Amino acid sequence: MDYEFNWLVLWEYRDLLLEGLVLTIKLSAISIVLSTIVGTIFGIMRLSKSLIIRLIASSYVEFFLNTPLIIQLFFWYFALPMALPGWLQSWLWAHNYEFIASVIGLTIYTSTFIAEAVRAGIQSIDKGQREAALASGLTGFQTLWYVILPQAIRIVIPPVVNQFLNLTKNSSLAMTIAVPELTYQAQAIESLTFRGFEAFTAATLIYICLTLTISLVMGKVERWAAKGQRPMAA
Amino acid sequence: MSFDVITNNIPYLWEGLKTTLKLAAISIGLSFVLGTLLGMAKLSKRALIRIPATLYVEIVRGTPLIMVIFWVFFLIPILVGHSIQPFTSAVAAFTIFTSAYIAEIVRAGINSIPVGQTEAALASGLTYWQAMRYIILPQAITRMIPPLVGQFISLFKDTSLAYIIGVLELTRRATIINNREFKSFEIFTFTALIYFVLCYAMSRFAKYLEKRRRVGETKNEKIPEPEIMAGDIGAQTTP
Repeated sequence: MDYEFNWLVLWEYRDLLLEGLVLTIKLSAISIVLSTIVGTIFGIMRLSKSLIIRLIASSYVEFFLNTPLIIQLFFWYFALPMALPGWLQSWLWAHNYEFIASVIGLTIYTSTFIAEAVRAGIQSIDKGQREAALASGLTGFQTLWYVILPQAIRIVIPPVVNQFLNLTKNSSLAMTIAVPELTYQAQAIESLTFRGFEAFTAATLIYICLTLTISLVMGKVERWAAKGQRPMAA
Repeated sequence: MSFDVITNNIPYLWEGLKTTLKLAAISIGLSFVLGTLLGMAKLSKRALIRIPATLYVEIVRGTPLIMVIFWVFFLIPILVGHSIQPFTSAVAAFTIFTSAYIAEIVRAGINSIPVGQTEAALASGLTYWQAMRYIILPQAITRMIPPLVGQFISLFKDTSLAYIIGVLELTRRATIINNREFKSFEIFTFTALIYFVLCYAMSRFAKYLEKRRRVGETKNEKIPEPEIMAGDIGAQTTP
């Protein structure tokens, strides 16, 4: 092994790593919020009584779940603008379209997994609850909002948190469409210094810290949501 | 919209699909071996075996795949002293990554077999390896198959990341055509459809296996469900 490690390059390029980290956090945070909303909507739609709504929701979920994220990113980044009018295209290119496309891609991809988790969570609530709520005069929406969702949310939180972690890790793919997030910056350091090993070690450690932080925070949320939860009758 | 760009490039993309399939098949085979050993190591009573295995699994699962790919790509040349084929590098990266997830499937599979079975096997004079080989693993494996198929689907989608280090698989070839012909819409829709058809078919198969397993088990006896289900396709459970 005649490779000499030079960890000082990391200190020299700390600004790049920091900028990358900030963008990774921003990208992940925005996509986490959006994919939770979109995923919940599609998860509920998959249980609709209307065949058409169910069909729309399940085609959405199945298609985007079974396609690689990288292809989806390429599609939103390269193909979508082509279908848009010229003025909108130039507006998008002037407003950091790489970032917008990666938010779209990450949101849609992750929302399919969240939709599956939400659907499974709602289905795990005893049918009698729904029937009782409806019989006591609540409307369909009220039943969902006041009776089903508050119970389902406790079951849904752990798998959804997993998806938040996956999303954060998947945000590294945004580098392929030139979003200067953490992985992109690590590669930039590599091409500036040929210190690939050091750069990627640093980035890996940062990702591990990031996912650990999210797990810790969400663990607290999980315990908070479980508070006051009565043992459920089987 | 024109489809010439697709029909003209079918043979080129077909070669890419073959590489993708080869990449996925070799990597899943290797990760199965490594993942089984890791899963057993995680259940070991000896701390010297259990802790390194646990660390490996946790670190890999906290790391984005792209990072593992870059790591292997830059680390192996340092270790062996010369550069290696991108394909080999990609197989190594996918194996390192996927084996950590398979380790969890194996651990859950073994855990789902009642402890009494191991105890009985050991009490009847079998060694640990014999008990694993003849008693525990054959039972655990039927439980593990559906989540393993799910992992294979994940891996199949993930092979698209080999694009980054220049392996000429399906995604790389699609981007090459795109750079040449500027028909992003047609190219990426078509490529997405290829992935979709294969992954969807496999996920149906996984659900079918899961259903058959449940029917088979309720006939015989009720055994607690394993922690990981085929339904969580790609739902890689991170700590």
